[in-house]
Amino acid sequence: MNNNTKQLKDWPLWEVFVRSKQGLEHKHCGSLHAADARQALDMARDVYTRRQEGVSIWVVQSSQIVANRPDEKGELFDPSADKIYRHPTFYEIPDEVGHM
Amino acid sequence: MDRTPYLLHLADNALILGQRNAEWCGHGPVLEEDIALANMSLDLIGQARLLYQEVAKDRGGDCTEDTLAYFRDTAAFRNYTLLELPHSGPVVGYGQAQRDYGVTIVRNFLYSALMVLVWDALQGSHDKTLAAIAEKSLKETRYHLRHARDWLVRLGDGTDESQRRTQAALDYLFPFTQEFWAQSPAESEAVKAGIGVDLTSLREDWDDLVSAAIAEATLVRPSGQGYLSQGKFGQHSEHLDYVLAEMQSLARAHPGATW
Repeated sequence: MNNNTKQLKDWPLWEVFVRSKQGLEHKHCGSLHAADARQALDMARDVYTRRQEGVSIWVVQSSQIVANRPDEKGELFDPSADKIYRHPTFYEIPDEVGHM
Repeated sequence: MDRTPYLLHLADNALILGQRNAEWCGHGPVLEEDIALANMSLDLIGQARLLYQEVAKDRGGDCTEDTLAYFRDTAAFRNYTLLELPHSGPVVGYGQAQRDYGVTIVRNFLYSALMVLVWDALQGSHDKTLAAIAEKSLKETRYHLRHARDWLVRLGDGTDESQRRTQAALDYLFPFTQEFWAQSPAESEAVKAGIGVDLTSLREDWDDLVSAAIAEATLVRPSGQGYLSQGKFGQHSEHLDYVLAEMQSLARAHPGATW
């Protein structure tokens, strides 16, 4: 018997990632509140895969995600704006190569 | 051999519990649970439809899945009494009581624990269509059991209040499971013909499954004795009238209406 059980409002937030049948990677599709990881998986199944969206689910507690600060945008991302030579758009890719 | 009484028993179970659980739609304790219960209701109503369609094929004439769901009266239904009870403790038919999620979870647990065994066994039915319906339903029911068992443990091994309410729900509902083991003529016929399953052969597995979950939930398993309900014999509690009144009124007010 555990009387320290979390109140509903204290349920942590979880980010949900779903891999579709054809998909090669898990994609972020939303978030939800759940008491623990197991419940987060079940709830993600019910909320995000009921229209056959997925064959695999990852959940991660939102507080575990480390994000850059929005005010670092300039130094982090703007310098790549004029380096178009980094895009391999100048090459013709033969059909046999398929997905890259 | 007429397989329709047996199919109707299976179909009515699924339809009535599906209808009952759908009462939570828009009222769930949290959004995710609201969606989960509606999903599971749709699984159950889907199972009922497949079975009603088979009955309609056998009966022919004007019989359709809709006439079976919407134009039969209380005494013609063959679902377990357990499944028609409101989401609360004991209350008279016309009474109003607050829905209790503990009752919802305990009922779903007791029933889905039975049905994973039933559908598993029915995969070997001599009736190939029923075997195929069983295969599809088993996957759905495994999830229903997982969901209900998970919540049973969370609520039982939760706060003082959640434990008290879950134990009360268990004490109230457990005697209704006696009906599982009282064989009806429809079941006897189906077992004899090799299309149905003898539930008494599943009782030990059900007992183990249920006892293990109740122990994990730190709850006490009730003796489960007392009044033997008779829903599958067609003698229902007053609550089924109210379920059917709500479910059937639209179809009866506008017969043959389509979207």
